[in-house]
This record gives sequence, structure tokens and C-alpha cells, in this order.
Amino acid sequence: MGAHGENYINCEKGIWSWLTTIDHKRIALLYFITIMLFFLMGGLFAILLRLELLTPETLFMSSDVYNRAMTLHGSIMVFMVIVPGVPALLGNFCLPLMIGAKDVAFPKLNLARWYCLIIGAFIAILSLFWGGVDTGWTFYTPYSAKSSDAVTLVVLGAFVMGFSSVLTGVNFIVTIHKLRAPGMTMMRLPLFVWSLYSTAIIQVIATPVLGITLLLLIVERTFNIGIFDASLGGDPVLFQHFFWFYSHPAVYIMILPAMGIISEVVSTFSQKTIFGYKAIAYSSMAIAAVSFVVWGHHMFVSGQSDVAGVLFSVITVLVGVPTAIKLFNWVATMYKARVKLDTPMLYAINFIALFTIGGLTGLFLAAFNVDVHLHDTYFVVAHFHYTMLGGALMGFFAGLFFWFPKMSGRMYDEFLGRVTAIMTFVGFNLTFIPQFIMGSQGMPRRYHTYDGVFSPYHIASTVGSWLVAAGFILAIYILARSFFKGEKAPKDPWGATTLEWTADTPPIHENFLEIPEVTGRPYEYR
Amino acid sequence: MSTVKINRKETHSHHFSSMDQEHEAGKQGVWLFMVTELMMFGGLFVGYFIYRGLHYDAWYEGGSLLDWRLGAFNTLVLLVSSFTMAQAVTDTMQGNNKKALRNVIITTACAFIFLIVKYFEYSGKIHHGLFPGFDLWTYEGQTGENLRLFFVLYFVMTGLHGLHIIIGIGLMFWLIKRLRRDDFNEKYYTSVEGVGLYWHIVDLIWIYLFPLMYLI
Repeated sequence: MGAHGENYINCEKGIWSWLTTIDHKRIALLYFITIMLFFLMGGLFAILLRLELLTPETLFMSSDVYNRAMTLHGSIMVFMVIVPGVPALLGNFCLPLMIGAKDVAFPKLNLARWYCLIIGAFIAILSLFWGGVDTGWTFYTPYSAKSSDAVTLVVLGAFVMGFSSVLTGVNFIVTIHKLRAPGMTMMRLPLFVWSLYSTAIIQVIATPVLGITLLLLIVERTFNIGIFDASLGGDPVLFQHFFWFYSHPAVYIMILPAMGIISEVVSTFSQKTIFGYKAIAYSSMAIAAVSFVVWGHHMFVSGQSDVAGVLFSVITVLVGVPTAIKLFNWVATMYKARVKLDTPMLYAINFIALFTIGGLTGLFLAAFNVDVHLHDTYFVVAHFHYTMLGGALMGFFAGLFFWFPKMSGRMYDEFLGRVTAIMTFVGFNLTFIPQFIMGSQGMPRRYHTYDGVFSPYHIASTVGSWLVAAGFILAIYILARSFFKGEKAPKDPWGATTLEWTADTPPIHENFLEIPEVTGRPYEYR
Repeated sequence: MSTVKINRKETHSHHFSSMDQEHEAGKQGVWLFMVTELMMFGGLFVGYFIYRGLHYDAWYEGGSLLDWRLGAFNTLVLLVSSFTMAQAVTDTMQGNNKKALRNVIITTACAFIFLIVKYFEYSGKIHHGLFPGFDLWTYEGQTGENLRLFFVLYFVMTGLHGLHIIIGIGLMFWLIKRLRRDDFNEKYYTSVEGVGLYWHIVDLIWIYLFPLMYLI
């Protein structure tokens, strides 16, 4: 214990000490507050969109308002919630603790990237007062070069938030290489650290390309010239190439850290050594590598050559291999284990079930010819919600419920926690399974009115969205409440074996009184 | 966080266990940052080559409108600055802050010369109606809109490079301040080495920009 029960939360007082802190654990708490606010905001737009879609005709939004709400929902969820979510919040808190370090390698940059996120988000949300943006989160040219001025603001916001992402990547790679405790070899790293490592590599390599693309778009708009405008000699498809060169790897920025969480949670709650440690670790790296050469599958119908289409189609299917390796290893870990169904494990099972569906439907879409039929339908919408919400965010919440007792020093209401896991699972499937069906029947995405035959599916989908929303709001509520009320958490409430559970709860300012000496592999249960 | 001023010459920051570790971490961080720089400019170079393939005539006309002598002079200036910067790093490693200071000042002077030449180049282009933005484009070439696209890329790429030169000058002033304070020694020279790496990358990008824009 620190002197007189002192820990990282109470070692300094006052709002200023929080805004200028360079302690990675305090910064993680700052992220908790901001990301949860953004999550609620993005979720609010989702609920409004679903409500509008309750009836085939206009209910309360015009097409313009609908397009703006949809753009904001996408931009907020991607750039402000899922991309920073796991690495910046849980990664930031756990990484130094897991490798036995006192902090990340560059604590000041760590704080700077929080401010980058805040400033970028502020600029992007400011666009609401300039009439909003209706391009969708992909900002495709030539439309984005011609539509309202607010596009410049959102794009600038995304550019600034890009710095946040790059700094995270640089910081984590250096931390993992240089700050491991004595005896902590690469093959003794917890799998969450491996997934953060592969995520960081993608962040460092891919994000600058998005940066320059968005910068070119800003230049095109500000100086009134045509970099991506075909009538001025430019090439609009080049924008799509640039954009997806970042944004496809970016979906692995979103999913890889969540996969790392699942590895931790599944092993802990199965009370068993993880099956296939090396296979899981290397498959993270494999996913990171393959992610850079599949971007063309977003452009099967954008006029890229058939040869390119076939090649991208084949390479995309390859992503299924390392992903399946992970899934089989998790299931093998649970096989014949005494699985404890606590809240984090329930969320992890949500992840495994839903992400499998998301991954398999991804294979449909990767098939060149099938995609021509399914492109721009609700099938695509359902597919990426299964990976992003059913995958990334379910993993995120599994991690939150897993590590929050360590962060706050208190236990949350276990019963309500389990209720939220089940609510979100049921609601999620109710929302998105109908979307698979209507998508395959031809319901196009991004329309606010539709043919009456799709009505039953849309009603089911909207009702499901209420259940999801209620589940997540309740989840955030019980987490936030546990910070102030609740039993004191023991050092290791789950019986986990990785290093962060040997620190005090909540940890002291510099994590460990003495830097630990690592002598064995993680997950040594029996 | 800590209120005690750390004497950088003797101790490492609180979260490292040795000065060596801190130096290694700092260096790796700068290298990774260089990767992001290369990827960012890489995007622009890809755009350059794709549009060059599409509009070869315009690229030929555009290149011939640029003055290769000014470009070559600036290349020389940056090469000299790279040499003095590398020398400054060696000097601090040997504990000779005075000599390093002299070399950093020469590097800074070179950076200013580069910018002054660039200023005359830019104003000449704007004067001839070759600035593609706003309503300043009045030039009537043989390749029309495509020539304009060439100058868009010219101004974006050299402009972004120029911005990096300006940031570099800021970093040089920071080094000058610290060198005059005698901050570095044989064991602690991470900042000089980091700025040196940055400066070499900025030079390297120009080494590619010069032939692509002015010569071919």
C-alpha cells in the first residue's frame, strides 16, 4: 500500500491537477469521461435515426436533417468513440501496469493527445452550427468538395484527432519495446499488449495517409481548386483509394484491441491458460499486415479495374484466416473449462457470437460478384454494425467491466451488469438481423423513406435499438456509480494472473512500490 | 507532475530506470515519428505519380516553367545544412557544446536562406498568374486545367515541406537556447540527435522533390 491509503486518484486534488496530469491512469479516467459523453451523443443520433425509420414515410426528419444526423452518428462513433476507445482508455490504463512500468514512455505526449481529441471533437461538432454535414463519415469527393462549408470543419476536426491517434501509436510502440520490466520478454506479454502493439503499428503507418487526404480535401475546398475533381483533371476515385488506404486498416485499429481484451477475459473466466498463446499473438500481427492490402474491396463498384477487384477480393478472404485462428483459440480455451459467467465474460461471449456473424458476412461482401448485389444495402450496414458494435464495442464493455474495479477501487453491481450484457445482446440481434434480411432483398442504405414492404423489419429494428440503448445507458450508469458507491474491490477480484492485478487497488501514483521481476508466462492457472 | 526541477545532466525522468533507457526510448520515438512523416509525404508522391501518368504533357510544361537553378541552389543549401547538423550531433556527443552551437547556428542560417529563395520563387509564380488558388490563376498554357493541377501539387508539396522547414527553425532556436545553457553532455544529447533526425528527413524529402518538380 502507498502511505496512508494514498492512490493515484487521491494523491493530488483539484480540477487543475486533473487537467495537467501526466499520470497514465488519470489520463485514462479523463478519457473515460470524454469517450462516454461522445458515445452517448453518437448513440442519441442512432436512436433518432432509427425512430425516423419507424414508418415508411417522413416521421419527423426531412431528408437533409436525416443525412446530417447520419453523418454525425458515423463520424462521432468512428473518430471519437471506437478508434480512441480501447487503446486510449483501457490501453492507457493497463499497458504500463501489465508490463511492469511506471508510466508510458512519453507521459506529456500522452496528455497532449487527449487535448488533440478534445480540440478535434470540438471543431467537428462546431459544424452543427454551420448547417451540418451531409456527406456521410467517408467524405467522398466530388460531393464533399461541393456541399456545405461545414465539411471543412468536420474534416479539420478529423485531421486534428488523427494526431491523437498517431501519438497513441508512437507512445505505445516505444513503451512496449523499451519499458518492459526485467524478465518481461515479448513472449511473456499479456495478449492485450500484443493486440495494442499491432494496433499501434497500424496507427503509425496508416493515419498519416488519412491526414494528407483530408488536408488535400481542405485545400481543394479552401482554394477552390480541383484535386479530386474530374472536370479539372483530377480523379475522384483517387480520393477513395487514399481514404480506404487508411480507413480499412482503421477498422482493425478498432477491432484488434477488443480482440486483445477478449483473450484476457476468456482466459481469466475460464480459469485456464489461454489456448494457443503464440498463435493469437502472431495472428494480431498478421491481421495488421494483411489489413494494408485489402482496401480495394470498398470500391468494387467505383470503377476500379476488374483485375484489381478480383485481387482485392482474394486477399480480403485471407483476413478470415488469422481471425478464425483467434476465434477457435478462444473457444478451445473455454472447452472443458469451469467458465464463470460474470459480467465481463458475458460481454466476451457476446463478442464471440456477434463478431463471428460479422466476420462471416464480411466474407460474403468480400466476394466480388456477391458484393455487386449487396453493395450499399442494409446488408452492409448490418455487417459492419456486427463487427463494430457487436465486436469492438462489446469487447470494449467487456474490458470496462473487467478492469473498472482496478480503476475505481470499487465493485459494481454484478447483477445489473449481467442484465445489461443480456439486454444489449438481445436488443442488438433484434436490431440488426432484420437489416440483413432487408438488405439481401434490396433495401438501400442512407434513405430516410422506404417501400412499405420493408416496414415489419424496420419496426423490429427500431424496437431493438431501444433495448440496446437502455442496456448501454444502464451499463454506463452502474460503472459511473461504482466509482462513488459500492464495496471496496480486492486486489484481484477475478483471480486473474497478469501483472496489473498484483498492483494495489486502485494503484498508487507510480503503479508499483518496486518494479516487479517477471519469471514466468502470463495465464499460468494450472 | 513532479515539482522538483530535474537536473537533466545527471538523472533520468521519473518513469525510466536509467539514462540509457530514456535515450533509447526518445530515439525510437523520433524514428517512429519519421515513419509518419514519410507516409504523409508518401501519399502526396503517389498522387504526383498518378497525375503525372495521366497528364504527362502538363507535367512537362509545368516542370519547364520552374527555374532549375534556384532549385539546385536550394538543394545545395540544404545539403550543407544537413552536414552541419550531423556535425552538431557529433559535437554534443563529444561534449563540445560550443562547437555544436556554432554548427546549429549555421544550419539555422541555411534554413533561412532556403526560405528566402522559396519566397522569391513563390512570388514570381504568383506574379505570372501561376498560383492555382482563389482567382489568381491567369496563365494561359498549352495544357490548360491540367497545368493548374501540376501547380496545385507543386504548391501543396513544397508548401508542406516549407512548413516543415519553419518548424525545424523553431526546433533549432530551442536547441540554441539549450546549447547556450550548456544543457547537454556525452551522456545526455537525445534532443540534439532527435532534431538532427528530423532535419535529415526534411532534407531527404527535398532531395526527391527537386528532381521530380524541376528536372524531369
